[in-house]
Amino acid sequence: MQPNLFSSTLTVSQLTFHIRKLLEGDPELQDVWVSGEISNLSKPNSGHIYFTLKDKNASLRCVMWKTDAARLRVNVQDGMALEAHGKIAVYEPSGQYQLVTNQIQAKGEGALYQEFLRLKAMLEAEGLFNPENKKEIPQLPKTIGIVTSQTGAALRDMLNTIRRRLPIANVILAPTLVQGVDAPPAIVKAIESLNKKSPDVIIIARGGGSIEDLWAFNDEQVVRAVANSKTPIISGVGHETDFTLADFAADLRAPTPTAAAELATQITVQHLHDSLFTIQSRLTDLTFNLLAEHKTFISALASRLKYSSPERRIESEYQNIDELSRRAFSALTHRIQLHKSNVNGISKRLQSLNPEGVLSRGYAIITRKSDNMVVSKVSQAKGDLKVRVSDGEFEVKK
Amino acid sequence: MPKQKSTTQKPVEELTYEEAVAELESIVEVLESEQNPLEEAMKLFERGQELIKKCGASLESAQLKIQKLAGDSLISFEEDSE
Repeated sequence: MQPNLFSSTLTVSQLTFHIRKLLEGDPELQDVWVSGEISNLSKPNSGHIYFTLKDKNASLRCVMWKTDAARLRVNVQDGMALEAHGKIAVYEPSGQYQLVTNQIQAKGEGALYQEFLRLKAMLEAEGLFNPENKKEIPQLPKTIGIVTSQTGAALRDMLNTIRRRLPIANVILAPTLVQGVDAPPAIVKAIESLNKKSPDVIIIARGGGSIEDLWAFNDEQVVRAVANSKTPIISGVGHETDFTLADFAADLRAPTPTAAAELATQITVQHLHDSLFTIQSRLTDLTFNLLAEHKTFISALASRLKYSSPERRIESEYQNIDELSRRAFSALTHRIQLHKSNVNGISKRLQSLNPEGVLSRGYAIITRKSDNMVVSKVSQAKGDLKVRVSDGEFEVKK
Repeated sequence: MPKQKSTTQKPVEELTYEEAVAELESIVEVLESEQNPLEEAMKLFERGQELIKKCGASLESAQLKIQKLAGDSLISFEEDSE
C-alpha cells in the first residue's frame, strides 16, 4: 500500500513517516561524521545528552543515548569544536531530524573559537589585558554604574544584591542590548556615557546563555571600551565557565552578574555597622583611659598636697605644743614640790617657835581675865588671872 | 590640630555619611595620638558619640537610589515589581 505522494492529500504522520523512511533508508546518512561546535548542551538526569552542533551557517540537533554517553572520553562543553559520529534519525512527534550520536571526538578548535583566539592574541599583544593596567576596585563605592539589559533577570539579581549589601550606595543603570549585531555598539556607548557620570565602579553584566548569546562580549570594540574605561570595571557575563574577552579586559572578572554585584560591594552595611561599633568602643576606651589617667594624676597631687598642707604643719605644731606643755607641767610640778618641802621646813621651824610648845615642858602662860594681857611681871598681876597650861586653862581668883 | 577642627565643625545633621565617618576617624586619631586638655577630649568624645548615632541612623534608613541614563541625562528608574 504505497500511496501516491503527489496526487492525494497526506496526513502529517504519513509525510513524516515518508521523510523518515527516506532519511533513515539512506546508508550514507546512517554512518556519518559531522564536525561543528557544541552549543545548547544539556545533560539531564536521564543520562542522555542533548546538544546542537553548529557552524557559521547551520545547526544540527544531536542526541547521545545514555549507554553511549557513559563511554564518552571527552568532557563535552559548550563551545567545543567536535566531530560527532552517528546516524540521522527523524523524531516524528516534533518532526525534527537529529543525529543520534554514538561517538564524539575533539577536533582542533572550532572556527568561532579560532576567531576568539586570534582576537585574544592580538589584543593581548596590544597590552589590553595587562595585569599592571588593572585599576583597583573601590571597596566602598558611593555610586555603582551598571551596563546590562534593562529587562533581564541579571539586573534584578544585581539590584537585589546591592540593596541587601550596601543600600547607602547609588546605582546608575546604562541600559543596553546585550545580544545580537546591534549589541556591541550599544554596549560601547553605554560604557562611554556611564564614564561621563564618574561612578566609582562599573559592572558590565549579562545572564547566562549560549556561546553565541554571549558573543557581543567578545567583540573587539567592546573589549577596547572595557579596557579604556577610566572607571574600574567588573565583568559578570554568563555563567561560571564562560570566559569572554571582555572578562580579560575588565579590571575584575566575576563568574556571574550576582557575583559581580557582590565584588562591587566588598564592604557591606554589616561591616559598616561593625566598624561603627569598633569606633564606639575605641572612643569609649580612649576617653575612659584619659579620665582614669587624670584621676590618678589628681589623687597623686592630692596626696602630695596633703603631705605639704598646713594641716600637717598644724598637727606637728600641736605635737610641739604637747611636748612643751608636758615639759612645762613637769617643771611646774618640780617647782611645786620644792615649794612644798620649803613650806614644810618653815612650818617645822615655825612650830618650834610656837610658845605653846613650851607649855608642854611645864611652863604656863598667865593672862589677866579682864583684858587678856600677858602677865610677865608681878606688878601686872591684878584681878582674876587665867593660867594656860599644855592641855587647857584654869582661873585663879583673887 | 584639634582646635582648628572644632572651629569648622558643622552640625551633625548637616553632614553626609562619608563626612561623618571621616570626622569620626579623625576624632579617634586625635584622641589616640595627642595629649589633649581634658575638656577638649570630653568635647571630642561627645561629638564622636553624636557622629556614631548619626552614622548608625543613616545605615538603618538607607534605601538604594537607582537612576537610569537616558542619553546623557539621568532619570529615575522604576523597577519591575515581579
